[in-house]
Amino acid sequence: MTTITIVRQFGQVALAIAIAPLFAGWIAQCRAWLQSRTAPPLIQPYRMLRKLFNKDVALATDASPLFRMTPYIVFGTMVLAAAIIPSIATDLPFARVADAIALIGLFATARVFQSLAAMDIGTAFGTMGARRDMMIGFLAEPALLMVLFNAFLLSGSTALPSVVDASTAHPFFVDPSLIFAAVAFVMILLAENARIPIDNPATHLELTMIHEAMVLEYSARHLALVEWASDLKLFNYACIGFALFLPWGIATHGRDGTLHLGVAVAALLLKLIATGAALAVIESLSAKLRIFRAPEYLAMAFLLAVLGLLVHLLLGA
Amino acid sequence: MFLRTQHGMMAGTISAVAIHDLHILLWFAAAWMVLGLVGMLKPNSTRFIAHVLFPLGAVLCLGVAVVAAIFLAAGHVPQVVILPLGLPSLPFHARLDTLSGFFLLLLGLAGAGISMFAAGYFRNGQGTPPGFLGLQYHVFLASMALVILADDAYFFMVAWETMALSSYFLVTSQHRIAEIRRAGFLYLLMAHVGALCILLSFGVLQGGRWQFTFDAMRAASLPHFWASAAFVLALLGFGAKAGLVPLHVWLPEAHPAAPSPVSAMMSGLMLSTAVYGMLRVSFDLLHVRYWWWGVLVLGAGLFSALFGAIFATVQTDMKRLLAYSSIENIGVIYTGIGLAILFDASHLPLFAALALSAALIHSLNHSLFKSLLFLATGSVLHATHQRSLGKLGGLIRSMPWVATLALVGTLAIAGLPPLNGFVSEWLLLQSFLYTPQIPHAFLNMLIPLGAAVLALTAALAAYVMVKFYGVIFLGQHREPSLANAHDADWLERIGLAWLALGCIVIGVMPQLALRAAGAVTGSLLGQTVNLGSLFWWLAPIASKQASYSGVLLLAGIVAVIAITFVVVRVLAHGRMRRTVPWDCGYPWQTSRMQDSAEGFGQPIRHIFGTFFGMQRELPSPTDLAPRYRIHIEDRIWSTLYLPIARGVQRLADWVGLLQSGRLPIYLLYSFLTLIALLVFVL
Repeated sequence: MTTITIVRQFGQVALAIAIAPLFAGWIAQCRAWLQSRTAPPLIQPYRMLRKLFNKDVALATDASPLFRMTPYIVFGTMVLAAAIIPSIATDLPFARVADAIALIGLFATARVFQSLAAMDIGTAFGTMGARRDMMIGFLAEPALLMVLFNAFLLSGSTALPSVVDASTAHPFFVDPSLIFAAVAFVMILLAENARIPIDNPATHLELTMIHEAMVLEYSARHLALVEWASDLKLFNYACIGFALFLPWGIATHGRDGTLHLGVAVAALLLKLIATGAALAVIESLSAKLRIFRAPEYLAMAFLLAVLGLLVHLLLGA
Repeated sequence: MFLRTQHGMMAGTISAVAIHDLHILLWFAAAWMVLGLVGMLKPNSTRFIAHVLFPLGAVLCLGVAVVAAIFLAAGHVPQVVILPLGLPSLPFHARLDTLSGFFLLLLGLAGAGISMFAAGYFRNGQGTPPGFLGLQYHVFLASMALVILADDAYFFMVAWETMALSSYFLVTSQHRIAEIRRAGFLYLLMAHVGALCILLSFGVLQGGRWQFTFDAMRAASLPHFWASAAFVLALLGFGAKAGLVPLHVWLPEAHPAAPSPVSAMMSGLMLSTAVYGMLRVSFDLLHVRYWWWGVLVLGAGLFSALFGAIFATVQTDMKRLLAYSSIENIGVIYTGIGLAILFDASHLPLFAALALSAALIHSLNHSLFKSLLFLATGSVLHATHQRSLGKLGGLIRSMPWVATLALVGTLAIAGLPPLNGFVSEWLLLQSFLYTPQIPHAFLNMLIPLGAAVLALTAALAAYVMVKFYGVIFLGQHREPSLANAHDADWLERIGLAWLALGCIVIGVMPQLALRAAGAVTGSLLGQTVNLGSLFWWLAPIASKQASYSGVLLLAGIVAVIAITFVVVRVLAHGRMRRTVPWDCGYPWQTSRMQDSAEGFGQPIRHIFGTFFGMQRELPSPTDLAPRYRIHIEDRIWSTLYLPIARGVQRLADWVGLLQSGRLPIYLLYSFLTLIALLVFVL
């Protein structure tokens, strides 16, 4: 572990924290264009954050310390995940702390704390949001695991840096199983990040909201951290997707000089721009599902991932 | 020293010090019995028994854990002793090897916390007097240790039955309540069905030579059919004790009926002895393992895990919820055992060692976090006199100690990093990744789907625990009386804190547990996984394939949180005011509007409806006194057990026809039997 890798590590985390709100802003902008609305500026999420950090916290009388700690814990886990996922380079001191399965666990930790905090005030909306979010969680996790199983079969590893190293070794070889897995992953990404068709981040309609119902009681700096953490979560999921399916440009072990890192940052930005636009198209084209259609949607994702697995085992054997 | 030591096969190298481990452990077991008997001198003095004997029992538990840990760290050479007890030609054999060492470590670690808690828990009241309770409790502890140390079928069965009986008396300590007596009866019945299967399994294992020492069974070489018969019988017998579906029915009845420390012992420790027995038979006493045994155990394990998790989500009684969660965890452990058998039969010893390590570490973890949560429910029960989740809520404000320590257990059992529950689930998922290498077509495609079932179970466990913790400790008080709930006393806090500490230490430094499990897999399979560096890394196969570091993860999270906190405070401000909850501007919020326990389980009832037998009573819109009632029932009970019970009843009625109650008829029976025997002999 040299100084240069530590600098690179901190650089990647700082970049993730900085671009995550912009990525969310970019998706919102694309959606507005697709819906023929005047688009908010790209830095709108930053303006929101600044406004929230300047406000006074209005805390419910009965809120316990758990409620006040949760925004910090959720933000902390997301920042840590950004340090572990190889979004720019694979040779990072923190990258081996958790493999992809442990990353799912880390996201689950954030989810559980968020749900517990939602139940802490004891309002009808909070508990409802917690229950629904945990439901989406247990439906999405098996599908996500099957996607990772696919990646493992191709690269022999669940550690994301090794997956990237293995797949960049044959840059023009695409295994058919990966296509199924990629579609499944996009579906899971939408569900896990509270986006259409499972949830709508722009709604406060009581019958449909999930994520918003959980964070209703947060205000000011707590809300800012929660919002920033959900931007980071989306960014992290996108970067996991890049590591699994679009690893081109990531600075791999031994090829990570300044030039390579510059290319890696540029590639990441390009991929984010393209992904953001694609997500906006998907979201604009689909309708929000009723909450009890969510199991069917995620079962579909699961079946696609299993199909990928079977394709690999049948073709590869 | 009254024990005669018999030197084992490798005894030539045993030093005089190493031989002492087994002696010390047997003395500890004897000391528990003595503690129990001393309590009978003052059977009605709660003060003496709770504040003197139970803490002493906890010290003995610690001693057992220390001796077992030293044995696992140092020796690994089995130690054998023949006790001067038992029948004249059938002396008791005891043996300490790595497998028993591991389970004694588990017993000691969790037992210490439970005994400390029990010291503060048992009060004067109705039910069994404290002296008897102390006697049953310590006999229960000692018999579990002896089950683990036994080295012949006879000693094993004596200890096993002592364990079943002492726990039966503990379960029925509130015997004036009819429901508890029923639960106790069901428990006793299932325990004996299981014991019968185990006895038959040992009968097959001795292979026709009528030698019932485990050494003789190890030497016996059984043909495929008889080995399989012994294995299936053992699976049934130990499965009944462990609560494997469909032999689980006693568990959700007996665990809630017992006082909380006893529930903790039964769930955390006694279920582990069943896991121990299963491992002893399948990896030590049997000389071969066939791949289909692995599939059988794997299937039973996965089904139990999913079944337990789904049923736990819809429970409304906090102890029943935990009991179903035990079924789930036992399922996870058996999944690991099944994979280990499958890998071992496929000649993939490294992966077998990985799966077996996962199963062993999960047993250890389960004994810690499940005891912790059962004890926490005990504190809640004492403070509120409520077991129903629908009448709890908001206890984090009045019981901060219990709430904080229970949060550790909740996160651990939900399988979240960086706590211990995550480690074993991660190891198990890692071993699933290698199942495509099993050399059986189709099997190698089907078994990877088991990983998805396991992931679903783990995620459902998180759902269950959010419900458990959220409904009990968070939100508004659902009853006004809860505002007066008092926190646990200091003895209870020590017990809870000890177990919580265990959850954290194993989570952050899983390498310690992996080393203990490695000693076991080394002697059972001749293979250990890559143990990694002592402090930093867990990389069971190779660090390129997957690695995890609990220490760094925890350090990272803590560092980021601290930096964030400081930065937010420096760059922004810390102003805050308290106000009423927002709740979308709805002003008439009451505590009845929170999700009830039933409400929180509603999505599960919707999605997994086919699992449940459900009866619902929905109010109509015009009802003046609307009532909502739901009753959820285990379908296995009505489709499997009730028909069997009816069959047994019919058979009994039939046999009853012979009993006319008239003496001449009975004499006639004797006469006919005599004639029949004479005909047979001649």
